[in-house]
Amino acid sequence: MRRILVGIKRVIDYNVRVRVRPDGTGVVTEGVKMSANPFDSIALEEALRLKERGEADEVLAVSVGPIESQQQLRDALAMGADRAILVKSDTALEPLAVARVLLELVKRESPRLVILGKQAIDDDCSQTGQMLAALWDRPQATFASKLEIQGDAARVTREIDAGLETIEVDLPAVVTTDLRLNEPRYIKLPDIMKAKKKPLDVVELATLAVDVAPVLKVARYEAPPQRQKGIMVKDAAELVSALKQRGLAS
Amino acid sequence: MTRVLVVAEHAAGKLNGSAAKCIACGASVPGAEVCVAVLAADGAGVAAETARLRGVTRVLHVRNPANEPALAVVLAPQVAKLAAGFDLVLGPSTTFGKDLMPRIAALLGAPQLSDVMAVESATRFRRPVYAGNAIATVDAPSGRPVVATVRVASFAAAPAGGPAPIETVALDVPLPTSTRFVSVSAARNDRPDLQSASRVVSGGRALGSADNFKLIQGLADKLGAAVGASRAAVDAGYAPNELQVGQTGKIIAPELYVAIGISGAIQHLTGIKDARTIVAINKDAEAPIFEVADLGLVGDLFSLVPEIEKLL
Repeated sequence: MRRILVGIKRVIDYNVRVRVRPDGTGVVTEGVKMSANPFDSIALEEALRLKERGEADEVLAVSVGPIESQQQLRDALAMGADRAILVKSDTALEPLAVARVLLELVKRESPRLVILGKQAIDDDCSQTGQMLAALWDRPQATFASKLEIQGDAARVTREIDAGLETIEVDLPAVVTTDLRLNEPRYIKLPDIMKAKKKPLDVVELATLAVDVAPVLKVARYEAPPQRQKGIMVKDAAELVSALKQRGLAS
Repeated sequence: MTRVLVVAEHAAGKLNGSAAKCIACGASVPGAEVCVAVLAADGAGVAAETARLRGVTRVLHVRNPANEPALAVVLAPQVAKLAAGFDLVLGPSTTFGKDLMPRIAALLGAPQLSDVMAVESATRFRRPVYAGNAIATVDAPSGRPVVATVRVASFAAAPAGGPAPIETVALDVPLPTSTRFVSVSAARNDRPDLQSASRVVSGGRALGSADNFKLIQGLADKLGAAVGASRAAVDAGYAPNELQVGQTGKIIAPELYVAIGISGAIQHLTGIKDARTIVAINKDAEAPIFEVADLGLVGDLFSLVPEIEKLL
């Protein structure tokens, strides 16, 4: 079975304006909309397209997180994933711990390809895919904007600082998605109904016997310093003279 | 004493500007001793350039033809081996470092702090989360290795100093061949590099076409500035991806940032909030970019930009 494993993380929806709690212990989550991490939806879309092109037989969506993450996995099933696994954790895990959990699932499921988002938009770590690839001792292709399967390898175009880089990786491998890889499809109502019949297994984190003990400790969260609003100028001449005054134009 | 190992980014025989930022970050750790790892096919020039930066106590030079073009899968096991005995392993928060450092961390079984923007002590660091909408102060453990990427816009480059001794290191590490470099397409130009430029002119969706985007280039050339773009402009195909400024593109801190036809989505503002002076030109007086701009001008960019260019 040519299986693709896709990671889905439940995060604060990207449209929500995130606010730091007054006591600095975190950010406000009460009454806040939660969604799948946008880069993970891109990962799922890419897996579905590969399956539709005949490059895969099964798309498995997995999440590591609170029990509420079942909602994001149901959405993934509605989008087209064949089955889902939630590794239930009541506390937030560090990327290395998540990578260790994913490695356990990889050992059980033997995917040909793992596609993860390049980063989660909550902690912005951008670590898990690379860490999983290292623990698994397999290639990684991060920040992908194009992905093609060619026999036992994948050709991946990566968005790097200098432009676009193309590499070839032997499968199995870990790919992480950048924004321009694809545009995820919308979920249709009948698919939500159908998704209810698809298997979604919940696994207790403790049953995996993986070292997930936290190593880093967040002492506090703060709101970033706000920039002061400046002045409005009325025309090009006024702008240029203001720039010259500040020594920013000669 | 905190033993810091910096992984230097370089290409085509030149040290990347991010290395001097990482060295400055490392040197700001109380009681730090900063070594820099240069892994290259040859790299003699890069090692020498590195050795002349202030704060560097030693350069570890590893020569191997497999090291260029740089592949994380090849570099990571070598750095992991070099990292024995170090407390803190730093790399830049560029696509090079973001790709490589977590792989090193996993091989070391070490935690990673991404995008470090300030050093408070040998074990306490500050980093942005939620696209910069919150700043977390994080305590790392002592007595075991910690990996971090350095937000290059947050640190001033280490000035000239030294020279520090260069030590050639032979590493006996099996290197995988399961990843092959195919090609890189980079729009080479003679403009300043976006990441390190002191002036940047960026264009947004309001430019309307790739052809119109040349307006931005014209003004940038007049100011001696690098060219940037909003995510909307890149998505629309007006500008290549490597010019994207913002949370998912490049985070920059120039002396002057000129945003033209950019409304100012939060993810864009995250990328420019450390700029010294922000100038915004937009036809919508309500655009969020004006909330952060030091100088704002409401009007039609297609008439204003040529006018400004003429006045400069």
